[in-house]
Amino acid sequence: MIFRIDRRTGTSVYVQLVQQVRQAIRMGRLAPGDRLPTAREVSERTGINPNTVLKAYRELEVAGLVEPRQGSGTFVRRDLAPLPDHTEALRRELADWVTRALAAGLDISDMQALIVEAAAGTAPTLEDAHHVD
Amino acid sequence: MSTDRTVPALDVAGVSHSFGRRRALYDCSFTVPVGGVTALIGRNGAGKSTLLRAASGLLRPDGGEVRVLGEPVGDRSLPRIGYVAQQAPLYPMLTVAQTLALGRRLNPRWDAGYAQHLTDDAALPSTARVGTLAPGHRSRLALVMALAKRPELLLLDEPLASLDPVARTEVIGTLMADVAERGTTVLLSSHVVADIDGVCDHVVVLAEGRACLVGEVEPVLAGHLVAVGAGFEISTLDGAEVIEVRTAGRDAIALVRSAGPVPAGDLAWHRPTLEELLLGYLRAAGPELKREVSAA
Repeated sequence: MIFRIDRRTGTSVYVQLVQQVRQAIRMGRLAPGDRLPTAREVSERTGINPNTVLKAYRELEVAGLVEPRQGSGTFVRRDLAPLPDHTEALRRELADWVTRALAAGLDISDMQALIVEAAAGTAPTLEDAHHVD
Repeated sequence: MSTDRTVPALDVAGVSHSFGRRRALYDCSFTVPVGGVTALIGRNGAGKSTLLRAASGLLRPDGGEVRVLGEPVGDRSLPRIGYVAQQAPLYPMLTVAQTLALGRRLNPRWDAGYAQHLTDDAALPSTARVGTLAPGHRSRLALVMALAKRPELLLLDEPLASLDPVARTEVIGTLMADVAERGTTVLLSSHVVADIDGVCDHVVVLAEGRACLVGEVEPVLAGHLVAVGAGFEISTLDGAEVIEVRTAGRDAIALVRSAGPVPAGDLAWHRPTLEELLLGYLRAAGPELKREVSAA
Protein backbone atom coordinates (compact mmCIF):
# COMPACT_ATOMS: atom_id res chain seq x y z
CA MET A 1 0.00 0.00 0.00
CA ILE A 2 1.54 3.26 -1.12
CA PHE A 3 -0.11 6.51 -0.18
CA ARG A 4 -0.09 9.47 -2.51
CA ILE A 5 -0.70 12.78 -0.79
CA ASP A 6 -1.72 15.86 -2.73
CA ARG A 7 -1.12 18.92 -0.57
CA ARG A 8 -2.70 21.32 -3.04
CA THR A 9 -6.22 19.99 -2.73
CA GLY A 10 -8.31 21.41 0.08
CA THR A 11 -8.73 17.87 1.43
CA SER A 12 -6.86 17.34 4.68
CA VAL A 13 -4.06 14.80 4.70
CA TYR A 14 -5.77 12.46 7.10
CA VAL A 15 -8.97 12.41 5.02
CA GLN A 16 -6.85 11.57 1.97
CA LEU A 17 -5.31 8.63 3.85
CA VAL A 18 -8.73 7.33 4.89
CA GLN A 19 -10.06 7.68 1.34
CA GLN A 20 -7.09 5.87 -0.15
CA VAL A 21 -7.39 2.89 2.19
CA ARG A 22 -11.13 2.69 1.52
CA GLN A 23 -10.44 2.89 -2.20
CA ALA A 24 -7.76 0.19 -2.02
CA ILE A 25 -10.12 -2.13 -0.15
CA ARG A 26 -12.93 -1.45 -2.61
CA MET A 27 -10.65 -2.11 -5.58
CA GLY A 28 -9.20 -5.25 -4.05
CA ARG A 29 -5.66 -3.89 -3.83
CA LEU A 30 -5.97 -4.47 -0.10
CA ALA A 31 -7.52 -7.82 0.79
CA PRO A 32 -8.92 -8.96 4.13
CA GLY A 33 -6.02 -9.98 6.38
CA ASP A 34 -3.53 -7.63 4.70
CA ARG A 35 -1.41 -5.49 7.02
CA LEU A 36 -1.40 -1.72 6.56
CA PRO A 37 2.05 -0.09 6.62
CA THR A 38 3.04 1.12 10.09
CA ALA A 39 2.84 4.82 10.92
CA ARG A 40 6.63 4.86 10.92
CA GLU A 41 6.82 3.38 7.41
CA VAL A 42 4.24 5.80 6.03
CA SER A 43 5.88 8.77 7.75
CA GLU A 44 9.37 7.95 6.57
CA ARG A 45 8.23 7.40 2.99
CA THR A 46 5.83 10.31 2.62
CA GLY A 47 6.91 12.83 5.25
CA ILE A 48 3.43 12.79 6.78
CA ASN A 49 3.18 13.38 10.50
CA PRO A 50 2.79 9.94 12.17
CA ASN A 51 0.07 11.32 14.46
CA THR A 52 -1.95 12.03 11.31
CA VAL A 53 -1.45 8.46 10.08
CA LEU A 54 -2.58 7.06 13.44
CA LYS A 55 -5.63 9.32 13.39
CA ALA A 56 -6.57 8.01 9.93
CA TYR A 57 -6.11 4.40 11.08
CA ARG A 58 -8.30 5.05 14.12
CA GLU A 59 -11.04 6.37 11.89
CA LEU A 60 -10.80 3.28 9.66
CA GLU A 61 -11.01 1.14 12.79
CA VAL A 62 -14.13 2.95 14.00
CA ALA A 63 -15.63 2.44 10.53
CA GLY A 64 -15.02 -1.29 10.97
CA LEU A 65 -12.63 -1.64 8.03
CA VAL A 66 -9.42 -2.44 9.87
CA GLU A 67 -8.42 -3.83 13.24
CA PRO A 68 -5.28 -3.27 15.27
CA ARG A 69 -3.57 -6.40 16.57
CA GLN A 70 -1.45 -6.01 19.66
CA GLY A 71 2.18 -5.72 18.71
CA SER A 72 1.81 -6.75 15.07
CA GLY A 73 0.12 -3.84 13.32
CA THR A 74 -3.13 -2.80 11.73
CA PHE A 75 -4.92 -5.29 9.47
CA VAL A 76 -7.79 -5.20 7.03
CA ARG A 77 -10.64 -7.07 8.71
CA ARG A 78 -11.22 -10.60 7.53
CA ASP A 79 -14.99 -10.41 7.69
CA LEU A 80 -15.31 -7.61 5.14
CA ALA A 81 -17.81 -8.46 2.42
CA PRO A 82 -16.11 -9.07 -0.93
CA LEU A 83 -17.04 -6.85 -3.84
CA PRO A 84 -19.88 -8.13 -6.03
CA ASP A 85 -18.74 -10.06 -9.11
CA HIS A 86 -20.13 -7.67 -11.69
CA THR A 87 -17.93 -4.73 -10.52
CA GLU A 88 -15.11 -5.92 -12.72
CA ALA A 89 -17.21 -5.43 -15.86
CA LEU A 90 -18.32 -1.99 -14.67
CA ARG A 91 -14.72 -1.01 -14.05
CA ARG A 92 -13.72 -2.03 -17.57
CA GLU A 93 -16.60 -0.07 -19.07
CA LEU A 94 -15.68 2.94 -16.95
CA ALA A 95 -12.05 2.69 -18.07
CA ASP A 96 -13.23 2.77 -21.71
CA TRP A 97 -15.46 5.73 -20.93
CA VAL A 98 -12.60 7.59 -19.24
CA THR A 99 -10.42 7.02 -22.28
CA ARG A 100 -13.11 8.55 -24.51
CA ALA A 101 -13.64 11.43 -22.07
CA LEU A 102 -9.92 12.22 -22.06
CA ALA A 103 -9.90 12.13 -25.87
CA ALA A 104 -12.81 14.58 -25.79
CA GLY A 105 -10.70 16.97 -23.71
CA LEU A 106 -12.33 16.43 -20.29
CA ASP A 107 -10.25 16.52 -17.15
CA ILE A 108 -10.81 14.64 -13.88
CA SER A 109 -13.09 17.24 -12.36
CA ASP A 110 -15.22 17.42 -15.54
CA MET A 111 -15.60 13.64 -15.35
CA GLN A 112 -16.43 13.71 -11.66
CA ALA A 113 -19.11 16.32 -12.34
CA LEU A 114 -20.64 14.12 -15.07
CA ILE A 115 -20.63 11.03 -12.84
CA VAL A 116 -22.16 12.90 -9.91
CA GLU A 117 -24.82 14.27 -12.23
CA ALA A 118 -25.58 10.80 -13.62
CA ALA A 119 -25.72 9.23 -10.15
CA ALA A 120 -28.07 11.98 -8.96
CA GLY A 121 -30.36 11.27 -11.90
CA THR A 122 -30.17 14.81 -13.24
CA ALA A 123 -28.16 14.03 -16.38
CA PRO A 124 -29.93 14.14 -19.75
CA THR A 125 -30.74 10.60 -20.91
CA LEU A 126 -30.33 9.09 -24.36
CA GLU A 127 -34.03 9.60 -25.02
CA ASP A 128 -33.74 13.32 -24.28
CA ALA A 129 -30.91 13.48 -26.78
CA HIS A 130 -33.07 11.77 -29.46
CA HIS A 131 -35.86 14.24 -28.85
CA VAL A 132 -33.45 17.07 -29.55
CA ASP A 133 -32.41 15.42 -32.81
CA MET B 1 14.36 8.56 30.20
CA SER B 2 10.59 8.41 30.13
CA THR B 3 8.78 11.53 29.13
CA ASP B 4 5.77 12.75 31.08
CA ARG B 5 3.10 13.52 28.50
CA THR B 6 1.09 15.81 30.77
CA VAL B 7 3.93 18.33 31.04
CA PRO B 8 4.49 20.41 27.90
CA ALA B 9 7.74 19.77 26.04
CA LEU B 10 8.24 23.51 25.88
CA ASP B 11 6.54 26.18 27.97
CA VAL B 12 7.26 29.76 26.95
CA ALA B 13 5.75 32.16 29.48
CA GLY B 14 5.76 35.91 28.97
CA VAL B 15 9.16 35.95 27.29
CA SER B 16 10.53 39.31 26.15
CA HIS B 17 13.88 40.11 24.63
CA SER B 18 15.49 43.08 22.89
CA PHE B 19 18.67 43.52 20.92
CA GLY B 20 19.57 47.11 21.71
CA ARG B 21 16.59 49.14 20.58
CA ARG B 22 15.19 46.33 18.49
CA ARG B 23 12.51 44.31 20.25
CA ALA B 24 12.66 40.68 19.12
CA LEU B 25 10.18 39.08 21.54
CA TYR B 26 7.51 40.83 23.53
CA ASP B 27 5.48 39.02 26.21
CA CYS B 28 5.46 35.87 24.10
CA SER B 29 3.60 32.88 25.56
CA PHE B 30 2.67 29.42 24.25
CA THR B 31 3.26 25.74 24.96
CA VAL B 32 4.39 22.88 22.75
CA PRO B 33 2.84 19.47 23.54
CA VAL B 34 4.98 16.36 23.93
CA GLY B 35 5.13 14.02 20.92
CA GLY B 36 3.82 16.50 18.39
CA VAL B 37 5.33 18.38 15.51
CA THR B 38 4.84 22.10 15.94
CA ALA B 39 5.58 24.61 13.21
CA LEU B 40 6.79 28.03 14.25
CA ILE B 41 5.68 30.36 11.49
CA GLY B 42 6.50 34.01 11.03
CA ARG B 43 7.89 36.52 8.60
CA ASN B 44 11.55 37.46 8.56
CA GLY B 45 12.34 39.25 11.79
CA ALA B 46 9.25 37.98 13.62
CA GLY B 47 11.37 36.55 16.44
CA LYS B 48 11.51 32.87 15.44
CA SER B 49 15.26 32.43 15.76
CA THR B 50 15.43 34.39 19.02
CA LEU B 51 12.71 32.20 20.44
CA LEU B 52 14.45 28.97 19.41
CA ARG B 53 17.72 30.20 20.92
CA ALA B 54 15.91 31.01 24.16
CA ALA B 55 14.33 27.53 24.14
CA SER B 56 17.72 25.89 23.59
CA GLY B 57 19.24 27.76 26.52
CA LEU B 58 21.76 29.62 24.35
CA LEU B 59 20.06 32.96 24.97
CA ARG B 60 18.82 34.18 28.32
CA PRO B 61 15.77 36.38 27.63
CA ASP B 62 15.39 39.80 29.31
CA GLY B 63 12.09 38.73 30.82
CA GLY B 64 9.78 35.74 31.23
CA GLU B 65 10.51 32.07 31.67
CA VAL B 66 11.23 29.12 29.40
CA ARG B 67 10.65 25.61 30.74
CA VAL B 68 11.71 22.49 28.86
CA LEU B 69 10.00 19.20 29.82
CA GLY B 70 8.99 20.65 33.14
CA GLU B 71 12.20 22.29 34.27
CA PRO B 72 13.69 25.73 33.71
CA VAL B 73 15.94 25.64 30.67
CA GLY B 74 19.57 25.23 31.73
CA ASP B 75 22.42 22.76 31.97
CA ARG B 76 20.15 19.97 33.15
CA SER B 77 17.91 20.22 30.10
CA LEU B 78 20.76 20.33 27.58
CA PRO B 79 21.08 16.55 27.02
CA ARG B 80 17.34 16.38 26.37
CA ILE B 81 17.38 19.07 23.65
CA GLY B 82 18.64 18.88 20.08
CA TYR B 83 19.05 22.27 18.45
CA VAL B 84 20.08 23.14 14.91
CA ALA B 85 20.62 26.84 14.27
CA GLN B 86 19.85 28.36 10.90
CA GLN B 87 23.43 28.50 9.61
CA ALA B 88 24.11 24.88 10.69
CA PRO B 89 27.15 25.86 12.79
CA LEU B 90 29.83 23.15 12.65
CA TYR B 91 33.62 23.17 12.73
CA PRO B 92 34.72 23.73 9.10
CA MET B 93 38.22 22.21 9.60
CA LEU B 94 36.90 18.86 10.87
CA THR B 95 35.97 16.04 8.51
CA VAL B 96 32.50 14.47 8.63
CA ALA B 97 33.92 11.47 10.52
CA GLN B 98 35.71 13.72 13.01
CA THR B 99 32.53 15.71 13.56
CA LEU B 100 30.67 12.50 14.40
CA ALA B 101 33.47 11.42 16.76
CA LEU B 102 33.17 14.76 18.51
CA GLY B 103 29.43 14.22 18.88
CA ARG B 104 30.08 10.82 20.44
CA ARG B 105 32.49 12.29 23.02
CA LEU B 106 30.36 15.28 23.91
CA ASN B 107 26.96 13.64 24.25
CA PRO B 108 26.20 11.01 26.91
CA ARG B 109 23.22 9.62 24.99
CA TRP B 110 24.95 9.56 21.58
CA ASP B 111 23.73 6.77 19.28
CA ALA B 112 26.69 6.01 16.98
CA GLY B 113 24.80 3.42 14.91
CA TYR B 114 21.99 5.85 14.21
CA ALA B 115 24.49 8.60 13.35
CA GLN B 116 26.22 6.34 10.82
CA HIS B 117 22.91 5.22 9.35
CA LEU B 118 21.74 8.82 8.88
CA THR B 119 25.11 9.89 7.46
CA ASP B 120 24.98 7.07 4.91
CA ASP B 121 21.39 7.91 4.00
CA ALA B 122 22.40 11.50 3.31
CA ALA B 123 25.42 10.26 1.27
CA LEU B 124 27.78 12.45 3.31
CA PRO B 125 31.42 11.64 2.41
CA SER B 126 33.09 10.78 5.74
CA THR B 127 36.56 12.05 4.75
CA ALA B 128 35.38 15.43 3.41
CA ARG B 129 36.03 18.52 5.48
CA VAL B 130 32.87 20.21 6.71
CA GLY B 131 34.00 23.53 5.22
CA THR B 132 34.02 22.02 1.72
CA LEU B 133 30.49 20.58 1.95
CA ALA B 134 27.62 22.14 0.00
CA PRO B 135 25.19 24.10 2.22
CA GLY B 136 22.57 21.37 1.89
CA HIS B 137 25.04 18.68 3.01
CA ARG B 138 26.20 20.84 5.88
CA SER B 139 22.67 21.29 7.18
CA ARG B 140 22.04 17.55 6.89
CA LEU B 141 25.17 16.86 8.94
CA ALA B 142 23.97 19.35 11.56
CA LEU B 143 20.67 17.49 11.67
CA VAL B 144 22.50 14.16 12.09
CA MET B 145 24.34 15.67 15.08
CA ALA B 146 21.06 16.78 16.64
CA LEU B 147 19.22 13.48 16.03
CA ALA B 148 22.04 11.17 17.10
CA LYS B 149 22.19 12.71 20.55
CA ARG B 150 18.71 11.22 20.96
CA PRO B 151 16.94 14.32 22.24
CA GLU B 152 13.41 14.40 23.53
CA LEU B 153 12.86 17.90 22.14
CA LEU B 154 14.22 18.85 18.74
CA LEU B 155 14.48 22.57 17.93
CA LEU B 156 15.12 23.25 14.24
CA ASP B 157 15.59 26.71 12.79
CA GLU B 158 14.61 26.66 9.09
CA PRO B 159 15.86 23.07 8.68
CA LEU B 160 14.73 22.78 5.06
CA ALA B 161 15.89 26.16 3.73
CA SER B 162 19.12 25.06 2.07
CA LEU B 163 17.93 21.67 0.86
CA ASP B 164 17.13 20.58 -2.68
CA PRO B 165 13.63 19.09 -3.23
CA VAL B 166 14.80 15.48 -2.92
CA ALA B 167 16.81 16.14 0.25
CA ARG B 168 13.81 18.01 1.61
CA THR B 169 11.53 14.97 1.35
CA GLU B 170 14.30 12.73 2.76
CA VAL B 171 14.86 15.00 5.76
CA ILE B 172 11.15 15.31 6.51
CA GLY B 173 10.83 11.51 6.20
CA THR B 174 13.72 11.02 8.64
CA LEU B 175 12.22 13.48 11.12
CA MET B 176 8.75 11.96 10.93
CA ALA B 177 10.14 8.43 11.36
CA ASP B 178 11.94 9.63 14.50
CA VAL B 179 8.68 11.12 15.80
CA ALA B 180 6.84 7.85 15.07
CA GLU B 181 9.46 5.62 16.62
CA ARG B 182 10.55 7.56 19.66
CA GLY B 183 7.81 10.11 20.24
CA THR B 184 10.29 12.93 19.78
CA THR B 185 8.79 16.40 20.07
CA VAL B 186 9.72 18.68 17.18
CA LEU B 187 9.51 22.46 17.01
CA LEU B 188 10.60 23.72 13.61
CA SER B 189 10.55 27.21 12.23
CA SER B 190 9.76 28.00 8.63
CA HIS B 191 8.47 30.76 6.46
CA VAL B 192 7.63 28.38 3.64
CA VAL B 193 4.08 27.38 4.46
CA ALA B 194 3.96 24.62 1.85
CA ASP B 195 6.85 22.85 3.59
CA ILE B 196 4.96 22.24 6.81
CA ASP B 197 1.51 21.27 5.49
CA GLY B 198 0.88 17.67 6.51
CA VAL B 199 4.06 17.69 8.57
CA CYS B 200 3.01 19.68 11.62
CA ASP B 201 0.06 18.89 13.88
CA HIS B 202 0.35 22.15 15.81
CA VAL B 203 1.13 25.70 14.72
CA VAL B 204 2.42 28.79 16.44
CA VAL B 205 2.31 32.01 14.40
CA LEU B 206 4.71 34.68 15.59
CA ALA B 207 4.18 38.30 14.67
CA GLU B 208 5.91 41.28 16.16
CA GLY B 209 7.52 39.09 18.80
CA ARG B 210 4.27 37.60 20.09
CA ALA B 211 2.34 34.41 19.44
CA CYS B 212 -0.82 35.55 17.62
CA LEU B 213 -2.14 32.07 16.80
CA VAL B 214 -1.45 28.88 18.77
CA GLY B 215 -3.20 25.57 18.38
CA GLU B 216 -3.72 22.15 16.89
CA VAL B 217 -4.01 22.34 13.10
CA GLU B 218 -7.37 20.60 12.51
CA PRO B 219 -9.39 22.46 15.20
CA VAL B 220 -7.75 25.76 14.21
CA LEU B 221 -8.79 25.23 10.58
CA ALA B 222 -12.30 24.26 11.68
CA GLY B 223 -12.48 27.47 13.70
CA HIS B 224 -11.93 29.75 10.71
CA LEU B 225 -13.75 30.60 7.50
CA VAL B 226 -12.91 32.39 4.30
CA ALA B 227 -15.60 34.65 2.83
CA VAL B 228 -15.52 35.69 -0.80
CA GLY B 229 -17.98 38.11 -2.33
CA ALA B 230 -18.65 41.30 -4.19
CA GLY B 231 -18.96 44.61 -2.42
CA PHE B 232 -19.61 43.39 1.09
CA GLU B 233 -19.02 45.41 4.19
CA ILE B 234 -16.81 44.03 6.90
CA SER B 235 -19.48 45.15 9.35
CA THR B 236 -21.93 42.67 7.83
CA LEU B 237 -19.85 39.77 9.12
CA ASP B 238 -21.70 39.75 12.45
CA GLY B 239 -20.36 37.76 15.31
CA ALA B 240 -17.16 36.84 13.55
CA GLU B 241 -13.72 38.19 14.31
CA VAL B 242 -12.20 39.42 11.07
CA ILE B 243 -8.52 38.49 10.86
CA GLU B 244 -7.72 39.92 7.45
CA VAL B 245 -9.54 41.42 4.46
CA ARG B 246 -8.19 41.99 0.97
CA THR B 247 -10.14 43.88 -1.63
CA ALA B 248 -9.84 44.06 -5.40
CA GLY B 249 -12.28 46.57 -6.87
CA ARG B 250 -15.71 45.60 -5.59
CA ASP B 251 -14.61 42.10 -4.61
CA ALA B 252 -13.29 41.18 -1.22
CA ILE B 253 -11.91 38.10 0.45
CA ALA B 254 -11.83 37.85 4.23
CA LEU B 255 -10.39 35.40 6.74
CA VAL B 256 -12.56 35.29 9.85
CA ARG B 257 -12.42 33.39 13.11
CA SER B 258 -15.75 31.65 13.52
CA ALA B 259 -16.46 28.31 15.14
CA GLY B 260 -20.11 28.20 14.05
CA PRO B 261 -21.62 26.65 10.94
CA VAL B 262 -21.04 28.20 7.55
CA PRO B 263 -23.37 31.24 7.40
CA ALA B 264 -26.00 31.55 4.70
CA GLY B 265 -26.31 34.66 2.55
CA ASP B 266 -24.76 36.20 -0.51
CA LEU B 267 -21.16 35.50 0.38
CA ALA B 268 -19.39 32.32 -0.66
CA TRP B 269 -17.83 30.67 2.38
CA HIS B 270 -15.29 27.92 2.65
CA ARG B 271 -12.94 26.44 5.24
CA PRO B 272 -9.42 27.75 4.73
CA THR B 273 -6.52 25.55 3.72
CA LEU B 274 -3.56 25.72 6.10
CA GLU B 275 -1.81 27.99 3.63
CA GLU B 276 -4.77 30.41 3.39
CA LEU B 277 -5.04 30.50 7.17
CA LEU B 278 -1.37 31.14 7.86
CA LEU B 279 -0.96 33.67 5.06
CA GLY B 280 -3.99 35.52 6.42
CA TYR B 281 -2.42 35.79 9.86
CA LEU B 282 0.99 36.71 8.49
CA ARG B 283 -0.43 39.46 6.25
CA ALA B 284 -2.65 40.76 9.07
CA ALA B 285 0.46 41.23 11.16
CA GLY B 286 1.61 43.89 8.72
CA PRO B 287 4.88 44.50 6.93
CA GLU B 288 8.01 42.90 8.31
CA LEU B 289 10.11 44.83 10.82
CA LYS B 290 7.36 47.40 11.36
CA ARG B 291 7.83 47.06 15.11
CA GLU B 292 11.47 48.10 14.92
CA VAL B 293 10.79 51.73 15.91
CA SER B 294 9.76 51.59 19.52
CA ALA B 295 11.59 50.23 22.53
CA ALA B 296 9.68 50.00 25.78
